[in-house]
Amino acid sequence: MGKGLRITALLLGFAFLYAPIGLLVLYSFNASRLITVWAGFSTRWYGELAKHEGFRAAALTSLEVATMAATTALVLGTLAGFSMSRFPRFRGRNLFGFALLTPLVVPEVILGLSLLLLFVTCESWIGWPPRGVPTITAAHATFGACFVSVLVRAQLAGFDRSLEEAALDLGARPWTVLVRITLPGISPAVISGWLLAFTLSLDDLVVASFVTGPSSTTLPMAVFSSVRLGVSPEVNALATLFLALVFVLVALAFGLTTPRRRRSPGH
Amino acid sequence: MALLDINSASKHFGAIAAVDNVSLAVERGSLFALLGPSGCGKTTLLRMIAGFETPDSGRIRIDGSDVTGLPPYARPVNMMFQSYALFPHMDVARNIAFGLRQERMDRRRVAGRVEEMLELVQMTGYASRRPHELSGGQRQRVALARALAKMPQLLLLDEPLAALDRKLRAETRLELIGIQERVGITFLVVTHDQEEALSMASRVAVMNRGRLVQIGAPKDIYEQPSSRFVADFVGEVNLFQGKPTSPSDRPALTVAGFETPIPLPCGTDLPHGTEVVLAVRPEKLVLSQTPRDGFAIAATVSSLSYLGGGSTVHLLTRQGGQLKAYLPGGIRFARGDAVWVSWSAGDGVVLTE
Amino acid sequence: MIGIGRLGWVLLIGVPFLWLGFFFLLPLLIVVKISVAESIVGIPPYTPLVTRDVSGINFHATVANFVLLAGDQLYLRAYLGSLVNAALATALCLLLGYPMAYAIAHAHGARRQLLLFLVMLPFWTSFLIRVYAWIAILEPNGLLNDFLIGLGLISAPLPLLNNQFSVELGLVYSYLPFMILPIYGSLAALDQSLVEAAADLGARPLQVFRAVILPLTLPGIAAGSLLVLVPAVGEFVIPDLLGGPDTLMIGKVLWDEFFNNRDWPVAAAIAVVLVAALALPILLAQKFYEQRQAA
Repeated sequence: MGKGLRITALLLGFAFLYAPIGLLVLYSFNASRLITVWAGFSTRWYGELAKHEGFRAAALTSLEVATMAATTALVLGTLAGFSMSRFPRFRGRNLFGFALLTPLVVPEVILGLSLLLLFVTCESWIGWPPRGVPTITAAHATFGACFVSVLVRAQLAGFDRSLEEAALDLGARPWTVLVRITLPGISPAVISGWLLAFTLSLDDLVVASFVTGPSSTTLPMAVFSSVRLGVSPEVNALATLFLALVFVLVALAFGLTTPRRRRSPGH
Repeated sequence: MALLDINSASKHFGAIAAVDNVSLAVERGSLFALLGPSGCGKTTLLRMIAGFETPDSGRIRIDGSDVTGLPPYARPVNMMFQSYALFPHMDVARNIAFGLRQERMDRRRVAGRVEEMLELVQMTGYASRRPHELSGGQRQRVALARALAKMPQLLLLDEPLAALDRKLRAETRLELIGIQERVGITFLVVTHDQEEALSMASRVAVMNRGRLVQIGAPKDIYEQPSSRFVADFVGEVNLFQGKPTSPSDRPALTVAGFETPIPLPCGTDLPHGTEVVLAVRPEKLVLSQTPRDGFAIAATVSSLSYLGGGSTVHLLTRQGGQLKAYLPGGIRFARGDAVWVSWSAGDGVVLTE
Repeated sequence: MIGIGRLGWVLLIGVPFLWLGFFFLLPLLIVVKISVAESIVGIPPYTPLVTRDVSGINFHATVANFVLLAGDQLYLRAYLGSLVNAALATALCLLLGYPMAYAIAHAHGARRQLLLFLVMLPFWTSFLIRVYAWIAILEPNGLLNDFLIGLGLISAPLPLLNNQFSVELGLVYSYLPFMILPIYGSLAALDQSLVEAAADLGARPLQVFRAVILPLTLPGIAAGSLLVLVPAVGEFVIPDLLGGPDTLMIGKVLWDEFFNNRDWPVAAAIAVVLVAALALPILLAQKFYEQRQAA
């Protein structure tokens, strides 16, 4: 494929991917409420947004859930990634692999419905858990763990095991090897795994809608209710802020995980 | 007492015996080589000594203590890995210090030892570099320093020269020998390169298909190979297979492809009618324009390879027998020349396998 | 792994396994259980599977929900419509995504990292927000229509929103990164010397593509297609925000059945049929993934 064609494909593709986002950002600074009328640069909608109690509370809830879910997902996903990577055979491995992969592929309505039914059943048996932050966190931790396990597994696959053997040879006990050699070695997967689980939790609408309780609204849920009524400039402002946050997080993930270019070997 | 004593060690992977009843002893303070082609089991044996594999049967003793069941971190053995295995997220100093930190050595002593090691491998000043900033040769020195830092009783080296180019290989070989003499630690080198093994070690063990086939000083391995495999694997060789001629004062073999019977060393006493293999090293062959007295074979030069310091000459007899000769110095022959080949009977070695 | 002992072993595998068993596998079983229950007014709004009374243990199960699904045209059309939409979106993603992946794979070093970053960024950005952004563009008095009218190309706004077109557009837009990344992965892993060997033996660029590149990137294409197709079939947000009254996608139907009609058993039955329909692609995806990991 010629160079010209390649550049065209990229330009078209990226234009397609970024045009809507770009426009959102642009119009969040539009003094006019109407999308089609540009009335000058203004940050008034950001001000309106800050005053919006509903969005603020929802944002806090989302951040709280995302942090807890991401951390839980990280622990679970790392354990799972190690299991699948280091143990080629154990009882139930196929089922485990299925349970790790399917949540990533299956439609969200299925995840949401099944989890809610689980919580309802639990509630009718033992009266717990109350639906809201705990249930949303558990739900997000579950599919977050699956994502993390994929990343950890991929990183472990490329990990040089002779490093672990060298550490053992030099006198380190297995636990020390894990903490000082293996985990630092897979740190890109660990970091980007946490960030990914965090972002996914922050972004989830469908599953949260199913498993939430009467007093817990996440940010996507608040935004969804708002946009069902139509385009709203406060939402544009919110979207831009969100984009900025994600941009920073992803740039961080990328920066921390991209291997540094090698300097020329000294002599 | 030998430092390392392996007693009938065996290891199977499925139906295949990677190591088959191997016994050997390595003297304290020596440089020992384990030589063999890929798949001969030398790496498995090495890993058993280091503790990464457990033998199915047999015992391994270091300095008198049985280490057979011990994990790698509990053995007084350290290994220099073929891929070097330097920890990428630590600088050179921390890599070298790693083993010492595991022993809970106090910081000042650690720092001192690290400096000592850097000096030993001529890498002083590189303490804060990271592995990815070093060249291959430099990484190897760090790997060696790291493995020596704990002053282990036994140092294992897994194909230490394999990744280096020819010139660097020769230099590094000398350096390794020098370092070993300086620190006095017992070295065990595993290699598939017979030049490496013969030039570095004071004793060599040759392995093939999991078995130990010959063990001895380099000179003995080269000049008195015990089997066809050893004769062929270690250096170049001419092999003659045939039956002895009827007994006379000069024992000889009738070999297909050669009109003249091939002389056996004096005093060779063989049962009548058995097939025998005789090995003659190419450098023992003498080529001349006229036949020497006694024994000479007529042949033509079929190919020449000039190697700088000498030449390898391949010859063909009229009956189809093949010969390999090595001549130091310049080439005096050309392809197609008719020459006479001879050697003294005592230069041949009768192989028992 | 040396030395973690039996307990370590059990914890390592057991903890995540138990979690997933409880929070994923068990819920799926519960969905099946409720799909054979009846809808009632109460909390919970469905009949229990097992009741105990004087006469002993009784089982209550009914296939009424499945009969309903099979009999009502609406559900059938919704399933098929979802499948068609998802398949079309997959094809479009492939058409747009493959060239992009190809172009990225041909970039080097820092530029390649930058391009990958730019592809991943939308994926990490709120799905909801990106879909919402299209409303502003496709509305009758939205940006695109305004732009076209302003240019004089059309005189009345085009119906770009709340129909098949906008749903399809939304699907492709949202799932494009899922197609690009696996294909890029295959292309990046492609041994360039194979391409050179083919060219050396006289193959023209198009032939090289057909004979060498395409077959070797098939795993990436398959992975990308599965990652788009399966979730897209059950997609809810896009048909809800961008679809119209005649948009019938099964994810939305399930949502409506659950939240609007409060008929949990029917929603569960819809879910069971959906999972059954997707079971084959999902198992294929798992097989693919394990194969690639083992290699």
